Amino acid sequence: MAHAEAHPAAHAEQQQHPIKLYLLVWGLLFVLSAFSYLVDYFGLQGYLRWSLILIFMMLKAGLIVAVFMHMAWERLALTYAILLPPLLVLVFVALMVSESNYVLFTRLAFFGTGP
Amino acid sequence: MSAPIKTPAAETLPRPAGLAGLASDWASDQRTFKNVSWGKAMMWIFLLSDTFVFGCFLLAYMAARMSTTVPWPNPSEVFALEIGGTHMPLILIAIMTFVLISSSGTMAMAVNCGYRRDRRKTAILMLVTALFGATFVGMQAFEWSKLISEGVRPWGNPWGAAQFGSSFFMITGFHGTHVTIGVIFLLIVARKVWRGDYDTERRGFFTSRKGRYEIVEITGLYWHFVDLVWVFIFAFFYLW
Repeated sequence: MAHAEAHPAAHAEQQQHPIKLYLLVWGLLFVLSAFSYLVDYFGLQGYLRWSLILIFMMLKAGLIVAVFMHMAWERLALTYAILLPPLLVLVFVALMVSESNYVLFTRLAFFGTGP
Repeated sequence: MSAPIKTPAAETLPRPAGLAGLASDWASDQRTFKNVSWGKAMMWIFLLSDTFVFGCFLLAYMAARMSTTVPWPNPSEVFALEIGGTHMPLILIAIMTFVLISSSGTMAMAVNCGYRRDRRKTAILMLVTALFGATFVGMQAFEWSKLISEGVRPWGNPWGAAQFGSSFFMITGFHGTHVTIGVIFLLIVARKVWRGDYDTERRGFFTSRKGRYEIVEITGLYWHFVDLVWVFIFAFFYLW
């Protein structure tokens, strides 16, 4: 067991990781959340705002999934089965962006600028 | 009659690592998730399906916001509060975010204590997590009643695009429901931990199966997922 504790990946029956790591991630999540709040507080606009929001969001999501949900220590078979399918949502996003642009175009063309 | 000769059985080859291992785990003669128990695997698969549910909500919101000809209400102002005479944009949502992140932190530590079979600490940390969750729902209830009193309805609001209300109530409502269910789930498991069900292998009320401390980790997966969804809602609905 002493050997397994040195290599958490080899000891995957139980997800046992040092509390220190959790506290570190907790702190990082706090800092990242504070940063995303400051983006709004300072009223940054445009591409700077959007890219910062997305960066902080992805970092937070990654930390939660990898450490708090232990995905970093799971078998690849599970990791890929869970993390790859949501990427398909991006295809749906692309479809809906195109669709929304079309709806906006028809609304402007046929209803003027009214609701 | 001499004793039969023992011939060594062929040893199984070690499983390949990396991508080759991934492919061979998914091969037809294999039990795909190996050391992952069915309970944990099924929770993950449920969370995957829930990801799609929330993904569709956020997509619907995106489509509504992109296609409306009326300006979208500024969430920074809509969710601002006056605290001690100072105008704080989005402050309530920021506090809710910190509360939920803190609950995730205590949950992660509860999982750790659970696997060390520290019954008392596990139960206390889970109760603290549930308390944070209940605080979050309480603040959401405050937010909802504030917005409703200001005239936000699913079909309109005083500041702009009518879809703002329906997106808001749908997305935060579903998330709040998840938090509420998570709090109930936490309380049930915390009670069982406190009673020592997982030390004495007491059988479950519904399933008649012996419980294990792994249920703390599975509950934790659900709870962290609720936090994870909030990360996306915070980014896309409140900050965007």
